[in-house]
Amino acid sequence: MSLILVIEQVLNGLQSGVMLFLMAAGLTLIFGVMGLINLAHGSLYMIGAFAAAAVAGATGSFLLGLAAALAASAAAGALIEASVLRRLYGRDHLDQVLATFALILIFSEGTRWLFGSFPLYLDIPDWLSGPVLLPGGIHYPLYRLAIIGVGLLVAFGLFALISRTRIGIRIRAGEADREMIGALGVNISVLYTLVFALGAALAGLAGALIGAIQSVQVGMGEPVMILAFVVIVIGGIGSIRGALVGALLVGLTDTLGRIFLPMLFGLFMEPTAATTTGSALASMSIYILMAAVLLVKPTGLYGSAG
Amino acid sequence: MGVRRETMVNTLLLAGLLAVPLWALWADEPFTITLATRVAILALAGVGLNLALGTGGLVSFGHAVFFGIGGYAMGILAFHAQNYTPLIESLSIPGTKSMPVIWAVAVIASALVALAIGALSLRTSGVYFIMITLAFGQMFYYFTISWPAYGGEDGMSIYLRNSFPGVNTLVPFNFFAISFAALLAVLVLVGRLMRAPFGLALSAARQNEARLRAVGIDPYRLRLTAFTLSGAITGLAGALYADLNRFVSPSMFSWQTSGEIMIFVILGGVGRLFGPVAGAALFILLEHFLGGISEYWHIFLGVLLLGVVLFARGGLIGLLAGREVAHD
Amino acid sequence: MTEPVNGSATAPVLEVRGLTKAFGALVASRDISLDLRPGEIHALIGPNGAGKSTLIAQIAGELAPDRGEIWLGGRQVTGWSTAARARAGLARTFQISSLAMEMTVLQNAVLGALGARGKVMRFFAPVLGDRALVERAMAALEAVGLQDLAALRTAELSHGQRRQLEVAVALTLAPRAFLMDEPMAGLGASGSRRLMSFLDGLRERAPILLIEHDMDAVFALADRISVLVNGEVIATGSAARIRGDARVQEAYLGEEAEAMPGEEACAGAGGEGRGEAAP
Repeated sequence: MSLILVIEQVLNGLQSGVMLFLMAAGLTLIFGVMGLINLAHGSLYMIGAFAAAAVAGATGSFLLGLAAALAASAAAGALIEASVLRRLYGRDHLDQVLATFALILIFSEGTRWLFGSFPLYLDIPDWLSGPVLLPGGIHYPLYRLAIIGVGLLVAFGLFALISRTRIGIRIRAGEADREMIGALGVNISVLYTLVFALGAALAGLAGALIGAIQSVQVGMGEPVMILAFVVIVIGGIGSIRGALVGALLVGLTDTLGRIFLPMLFGLFMEPTAATTTGSALASMSIYILMAAVLLVKPTGLYGSAG
Repeated sequence: MGVRRETMVNTLLLAGLLAVPLWALWADEPFTITLATRVAILALAGVGLNLALGTGGLVSFGHAVFFGIGGYAMGILAFHAQNYTPLIESLSIPGTKSMPVIWAVAVIASALVALAIGALSLRTSGVYFIMITLAFGQMFYYFTISWPAYGGEDGMSIYLRNSFPGVNTLVPFNFFAISFAALLAVLVLVGRLMRAPFGLALSAARQNEARLRAVGIDPYRLRLTAFTLSGAITGLAGALYADLNRFVSPSMFSWQTSGEIMIFVILGGVGRLFGPVAGAALFILLEHFLGGISEYWHIFLGVLLLGVVLFARGGLIGLLAGREVAHD
Repeated sequence: MTEPVNGSATAPVLEVRGLTKAFGALVASRDISLDLRPGEIHALIGPNGAGKSTLIAQIAGELAPDRGEIWLGGRQVTGWSTAARARAGLARTFQISSLAMEMTVLQNAVLGALGARGKVMRFFAPVLGDRALVERAMAALEAVGLQDLAALRTAELSHGQRRQLEVAVALTLAPRAFLMDEPMAGLGASGSRRLMSFLDGLRERAPILLIEHDMDAVFALADRISVLVNGEVIATGSAARIRGDARVQEAYLGEEAEAMPGEEACAGAGGEGRGEAAP
C-alpha cells in the first residue's frame, strides 16, 4: 500500500464528497426553510445531467452544457415548487414523500420517453482532460480536481450567501419564523421559489459534473439522493455545515472503504474471500457510519432537533 | 352506517379477489390466476406496511428490506435444497423446499431485522425516520449486489416451486389459494390487533403522542413492536412473492420496491385494514391495462398518485366507503 | 432537607424544590419551591411571560430543570419521563385540548383507563370488550357529564366538551395529583361555572395544582395561591392574603393590563396565549 494510492483515494473521496454536498445542501436548505422533504431532488440531478449532455452534444461546448444544466434544473425546480410542492408545505411528511415520489415517476418516465432508455455520454472537454502532476509525483485527473475545486467554491459561496447577504438573512429568518418575515413585507412565496430553484440548480450542477464521469441515464439520481439523505442524517438536518462535514465523511468512508477494506481483510484471509467480505462490508460502511451517529446523536452532528 | 358500508366494500373486495381466479380456472386463463396471486401477495406486503404507516404513523420508506429478506430466505433455503448443499456447513443444516419452514424463517429473519432497524431509527422521528429507513433499504440492496454467494447482481432462480403439505403447489390456482389464505389470516390477525389494547394505544401514538405519554404509556415500545410485526408480515409476503416468480434478485430490496408497497397502501387508503387489498388490486389492474397501452405507464401512475395525495386522501376505500368511522 | 413521608395526611403529594431553568440569559424558573397538599386546590397565577408554562413542562417531565427536585408521592421523580410520572400518579390536562381526535370519546377515556392499568401489550382481545376498562372510562365520562356522547368522534365535540373530556381522561388515571393547565380556557360563563363546581368537589379525590387565567375562578376555588412573576414565586398564601399582598398588586395586577396581548417569552410549545374560541 503506497502513499500515492492513499492520496489518490483521499482525493477521490473528496471529489465524491463535494458532489454529495451539492445534493445534500439543496435538500437540507429546502427542508430547513420550507420544512419539505423532497424525494424528487434526484430527478433534478438527472435533469441537470441530461440537459448538459444534450446541449454539449449539440453545440460541442461543455460550458454551454453546464449553463443549460443549471438553467434546466432551476427551471424544473421552480416549476414543481410553484405548481405542486407549494401546496404541501403545511401537510405532513407522508404527503410530501408521496407527492415527490409521484414526481420521480413522472420525471423518470418523461425523460425515458424523450431520450430513450440508452445512456447518453457527456465528454470531458479537452482543456480539462488528462492527468495533472501533483507535488509528490502523483498523476491525478485534472477534471476530478476541477470538480473538487468547483464543489468547494460553491460551498464557500453558499456559506457567504447565507451569512452575509440580504437574501441569506431572509432565508435564515424564514427558517426561524415564517410569519414574522411575511409580516416584514418580504414576499415569502417568491423567496420560497427562489430557494427551491437554488437547491435545484445545485443538484443540476452536480448531475452535470458527474455526468462527464459516469453515463447519463434515467434513474441515476435516486441513489445519489439517498446517499445525500445519509449525509443529512449524519450532519443534522437544516445545517449547511452539517451537510458539508457529513458529505466529506460519507465520500471518504465510501471511497476508502472500497479500496482498503478488501486489503485489510487480505491480511488475514485468503484473497478471494477477503475481496468478497471486504467489498460486501464496504458497501455497508456508510450505513454503519450513519447507524453509529444515530446511536450517539440521533439529531446528527450539527442538528438541533428533529 | 359508515362502518357497515366499509364492511360491505371489504367483503366485495375479497369476493372479487377470489372470484377472478375461480373464473380464470374455469376459463383456463392461468395468466389471470397469476395476476390475482400477485394481488394477494402484494396486498399482504401492503397490510404489513399499513400497520406501521397507517395505524402507527411510521412513514417507512424501507419496507423493501423485509420484502427482500423474505424473498432471500426462500431463495437461500431452496437453493441449498435443490443443490443438495448444506445451508450451514459446520452444523450440516440442510436447505428446505417446505413452504411452512421457509415462511417461519422469513418471518423470524425479517422480524429480527425490523427490530434492529426500528430500534435505531425510532430514536428519531419525522423526516429523519423516512430518510433512515430509505437508507437502510439501500444498504441491503448494495449488500446483496456485492455478495456473490447467492447470485449477486443477477439474483438466483429456483427450478421448482416449493412444496406445501397436502397441496400440489405447481397448480397455479392452488398457489393462489395458499397466498389468499395467508392474506386472510393476516387480515384477521391485524384486524384484531387494531381493536386490541395495543392497537388503541398505537393509534393514539400516531394521533397525539403527548396524550399517550400523559396517560402513562411510552410510545417507543409500541412503535418498535408495530414496526417489527409490520416487517414480519412484509417478510412473509416477500417469501410468497419469490415463490410465485421462482426468482429472487436484489431488486426486491430496491427503493422502488419500497415505493411501490407504499403506493398500494396509499391508493387503497391509509390506515384502512383493507386499503392495501384495494390498492394492490388497482395497481395490478393499472399495470396490466395502462402497461398495455403505453410502456411509459408510470407517468400515469405518477399523475394518479399525485392526484390522490393532493385531492383524495382516503384512497379508493375512502371513495367507496366514505370517511373513516371510529369503530367500536 | 426532610424527606416527605408517603401517606401522611399532611405530607405534600407533589413538591417542587428549588427548581431553576434558564434559556440562555433568560431565567424562566428561578429557585421555585412549592407544594401541593392532600385535599387542596393550589392555584398558580402570574402575568404572561412569568414562566408558568416552563414550570408546568418541568413538573410534567417534558423539560429537564437545570437545578432542583420534583417529588411525587414521596418519591423523587426529577429524572423521570412524562409517562413514568403519569404512572406514578400525576394526571395533567393540557391548555390546548390534547386528545386523539379520530377516536371516539369513549376510546379516549378507555385509553386513559388502559394507561392506568398498564397492560398495553395485549394483541387479541378487543379493548372495548374489556368490561373493567370500559366501566372505568364510563364512570369518568359520567363524572363530567359526557356519558351520552361516548360514541361520538372526538373531533366532533365542541370546544367545551373537549375540555370536559380532557378532565375525564385525567380522572380515569385515578391519580395522586392533578396538574391542570388552564382548564377553563375558552369556556363560556356557564361552562366555567359548571367546571368550577366540579373541580370544587374533585379536590377530595386528589389535590389539584391549577394554572388558571380566570381570576374569579381562582379566588373562588383555591385554598392557596402562588404568584409567579419573572420566574420567581413572590408570594404563596390564602386568597385573602394574596389579595392584600402589596408586592402582588404591584408586580402582577399592575402589569396585567399591559402584558395582556404580549407573548410568553419563555414558553415551551404553544406559548401561553388566551384560550381560543370554540370552533
